[in-house]
Amino acid sequence: MSSDKTFRVLLFTAALIIPIIAGGIIYSLTADSYDALRHFGFLRFLFSSEWSYTDGAESYGALPFITGTLLTTALALLFCIPFSLPVALFVGEYYKGTKLAATLSTVTDLLAGIPSIIYGLWGFYTLRPIIIWLGISDEGSGILTASLVLAIMIVPYAASLSAEFIKMVPNELKEGAYSLGATRLEVIRKVVMPVAGPGIFSAYILAIGRALGETMTVTMLIGNTNNMPSSLTCTGNTMASIIANQFGEAEGLRLSSLIAIALMLFLITAVINMIGKILIKRARIA
Amino acid sequence: MKKRILTSHIVHYGVCVLAALTSVPLIAILGEVLIKGYKQFSWAFLTQPTPTAYKAMMALAQGEDIPGGIANGILGSLIMLLMAAIIAIPVGIMGGIYLSENSNKRFAQIVSYMTDLLQGTPSVIIGIITYIWVVVPMRGYSAIAGSVALTVMMLPLIVRSTEETMKILPQSLKEAGLALGGNYAKVVMKVQLPSAFGGIFTGVLLAISRVIGETAPLMFTALGCQVIRLSVDKPMSAVPLLIWEFFNDPNLQDLIWGASLFLLLFVLSINLLSKYLAKKWQS
Repeated sequence: MSSDKTFRVLLFTAALIIPIIAGGIIYSLTADSYDALRHFGFLRFLFSSEWSYTDGAESYGALPFITGTLLTTALALLFCIPFSLPVALFVGEYYKGTKLAATLSTVTDLLAGIPSIIYGLWGFYTLRPIIIWLGISDEGSGILTASLVLAIMIVPYAASLSAEFIKMVPNELKEGAYSLGATRLEVIRKVVMPVAGPGIFSAYILAIGRALGETMTVTMLIGNTNNMPSSLTCTGNTMASIIANQFGEAEGLRLSSLIAIALMLFLITAVINMIGKILIKRARIA
Repeated sequence: MKKRILTSHIVHYGVCVLAALTSVPLIAILGEVLIKGYKQFSWAFLTQPTPTAYKAMMALAQGEDIPGGIANGILGSLIMLLMAAIIAIPVGIMGGIYLSENSNKRFAQIVSYMTDLLQGTPSVIIGIITYIWVVVPMRGYSAIAGSVALTVMMLPLIVRSTEETMKILPQSLKEAGLALGGNYAKVVMKVQLPSAFGGIFTGVLLAISRVIGETAPLMFTALGCQVIRLSVDKPMSAVPLLIWEFFNDPNLQDLIWGASLFLLLFVLSINLLSKYLAKKWQS
């Protein structure tokens, strides 16, 4: 019997490591961002748009990067929906269970598997010249370019989860509508969408969670400038990309400021993911 | 009446067209990496370390191909992955078993939520945290730090997949084992775990394919290194880190696509293999 007890303790210890790591992340990020937050004050740090590291006149604010993150994420979501929703309907409703649907699922699975640095390369060497050629912006990189590639990256997440909820809509409901003479589109609009709606919504919340923290792709495509973006085609930085750009060379107050940005990014993604998970659980029960 | 049916058909075709368009980026990316990458692929490319910027510059100036390859990255990726896997796989599986066995306990629910939290944490933050936890105390970048970052990324993935696989095992399996007089540890290890092997194995493969392509968590931990190196307390390279280096160094840009092709083939084949095994195991 004692081996049983050891075994149970072993399992418990393994499980305990997860909250220790999660708690440790929150603790370390808070402790190491303390210097910056105390020096500038939380609100000033949040709403200052200055990022200058000239000696003696150091001033750091997170606003340009928070704006950059929100803009890229919102745009990516906007570009993602017209493709992810059709994919979800194709796989979950129109061609449910067919070979064709399985093929499209594999395509989106493979898209999800491509490392983000390769998305970045593709965006830089293929999409960027197209943006320049179209005359949208002179240097080609910027918020718009980053958002376009980000959109491609989150399509698989939004689509596969949405399809799962569309598949779960009971056949009796759809058949009832068909028997009343509804067309396929009417069935989708009046039956499938209302029933699967909450699940689809939660899928997009989780896709947002992905887009918020995406680092390499954005760093390679956004242009990396530290001022407030003035338009959607101009260059900028997101919270993740400023960290990727400057963390390696930063020290002192700048390092602490970057960690403060990491803390904010961590909290934002944590809240978004938590909302998404709660909504998914509710949608699955309903 | 006709208009309704017509709209329905139009939307049907619209959905097909838009859904098909989603495969365009996949074909474009695979195509570009394949076409540009296969020219650089050779035995030497896989077995020689990265050239210095100077050597590459000289070769370029004389119109020759850049010498060297990505062997330091391949070896570094494998070493760090192996070190991460040695810790993340057993701990993750045990944690997953705990969650599936105690799903109604308050503590397990907290752990379950924390697993979601870790899984959703942006990889660049895992990099920073490992920098604070490992690089600062060790006074330097190292392969150990890199593998710690990969461990933190793999752990929640393996916990989740193990938990989900164990949960769908029939309860009768466990009861039969206990009825035969097996103790708890034996039943879990000898009955439940072998039956769940397929699902857990797929989960591990997916976790590997997820972390092997990661760049951000390695940038501030393993840093990268120009030579083939086996000492794990020193900076080490990895294939995604090399791609990042090539991207930033104009002299080395010719090597980008070969390295990308290697990474893409590696990641996607593990990915496809795990999907194939998952399907086979389900039926």
